[in-house]
Amino acid sequence: MSVAAVATIPAGRRKRVLPGFGLTLGVTLTYVGIIVLLPVIALALKGAEIGPARFWDIVSAPRTLAALRLTILAAALATVFNAAYGLLMAWVLVRYRFPGRRLLDAMVDIPFALPTAVAGLALTALFSQNGWYGQVLAPAGISVVYTIWGVAVAMSFTSIPFVIRTVQPILEDLDRGQEEAALTLGASPFQVFTRVIFPAILPAYLVGITIAFARSLGEFGAVIFIAGNLPMKTEIASLLAVIRLEEYDYNGAAAIALTLVAIAMVLLVASNWMQARLTRRRVPA
Amino acid sequence: MNAMTSGSARPGRHVPLLLIALAITLTAVVVAVPLVYILWRALSEGFAVFAQNILAPDTLHAIWLTTLVAVITLPVNLAVGIAAAWLIARFTFPGRKALLTLIELPFSISPIIAGVCYLLLYGRQGLLGPALAEADVTVLFALPGIVMVTLFVTSPFVTREVLPLMQAQGSEQEQAALTLGATGWQVFRRVTLPNIRWALLYGAVLATARAVGEFGAVSVVSGAIRGQTNTLPLQVELLFNDLNTVGAFAAASTLTVIALIVLVVKTLVEGRART
Repeated sequence: MSVAAVATIPAGRRKRVLPGFGLTLGVTLTYVGIIVLLPVIALALKGAEIGPARFWDIVSAPRTLAALRLTILAAALATVFNAAYGLLMAWVLVRYRFPGRRLLDAMVDIPFALPTAVAGLALTALFSQNGWYGQVLAPAGISVVYTIWGVAVAMSFTSIPFVIRTVQPILEDLDRGQEEAALTLGASPFQVFTRVIFPAILPAYLVGITIAFARSLGEFGAVIFIAGNLPMKTEIASLLAVIRLEEYDYNGAAAIALTLVAIAMVLLVASNWMQARLTRRRVPA
Repeated sequence: MNAMTSGSARPGRHVPLLLIALAITLTAVVVAVPLVYILWRALSEGFAVFAQNILAPDTLHAIWLTTLVAVITLPVNLAVGIAAAWLIARFTFPGRKALLTLIELPFSISPIIAGVCYLLLYGRQGLLGPALAEADVTVLFALPGIVMVTLFVTSPFVTREVLPLMQAQGSEQEQAALTLGATGWQVFRRVTLPNIRWALLYGAVLATARAVGEFGAVSVVSGAIRGQTNTLPLQVELLFNDLNTVGAFAAASTLTVIALIVLVVKTLVEGRART
């Protein structure tokens, strides 16, 4: 838009009519440089300094591997729950009208609004042996606190909104004509869902699942309350990075942090790719 | 629902009711109960005990520090957020897309990694650590570090809300004002600012909520020194580790009330911010 506006100005005058280019460029570059870029460069440089052999030694050490395995496994468990719950919630919020629907919709945002430490504290107390949930689960022999299940519970809580909020708008915009046609042609409601609706929302659904998984991998605050943080057992990877820092093992911390950043970047690229496909498919419709 | 329930009676008639019941039950168990539980536990031993816990010197100091961090980061986020949005929306220049990616980078780096980055930069053996020690400048385990890492985590919020709006509105009004002889500053105050005010407020609310509640990034750089560099979320953890559960829940309930207020304000502003 600004390109078009600028192009209409006679070429004899200055190229940029709107003021503030120099000022905003200076402010933005300086700020982003100091606050965002410099710390990230510090991590990258530290990683380069370590060298591939040493890097591999750190990442393949048993304690690091155990932490990475726990983080990925718990995030996967959390994402399985969020995928199922998220689809259910998006469907119910978009397709049905019932008293309390708007309240239910507003509650979806609570996990984002609530500080993660607060969520961690509440979940830990609820699931501990004498907590409201723990009392119910303990007789069944299920312990959540200080196990991988606790880590998964904390991760899933903090990433609840992602699947719901990515699927919801797509489901809302869906053309109902196709569904009605399918129903008229004798399809059962279940068939309509699996053959017509689900394929249409699948790209958005996958994007939501990917972001939820990425967020679960990065979750720290909520997890460390409930995990118990036992090395080799319930210690997440990002906590191990912090522990290495506290031991002044900067190489160890940087290697683990870079591994986590690499995983996050792969997921980001995957979700951007899916998002691009999603928008391309939606434009002609 | 209409499509599914109208017509002849079918075996799937009760599906909507079942799904609604399941969604409500799950949300109650997963979201509502934890929320209510925090407030209940904070007040479970009476208001006097609650007040006593909130007024404990360390907790009070944590509230003060968290407020201070929020008050410092808000104007910075507003100013830089507007500047970045103006730059990206109104001008084309080489590297514009790369800059936008860089501005949004903090959203894809988990806060705890941000904290690690800051330590690798300013820490004792970090990139700038020795130089800073020589110059006797303290960044880590003090207010500057806490503020900077909070800025890292919150920096994309204002731009993300304001930029799409500026792009959608175009610059015709601003051009017109300039043609009529307004100065750049007048254009900004009289034209741009009124046009983006709701989006700006929305972004500011989200950024401040995050600044108040940030845990991971701050926990790495603050050192969590009792009564000195402990923000309120860190104080929750400290009290929890001290087995002072009531104190932890009292501190947590303060943050919960803030979160609920933010949620209400957000719902009120959201509709206006997007148009």
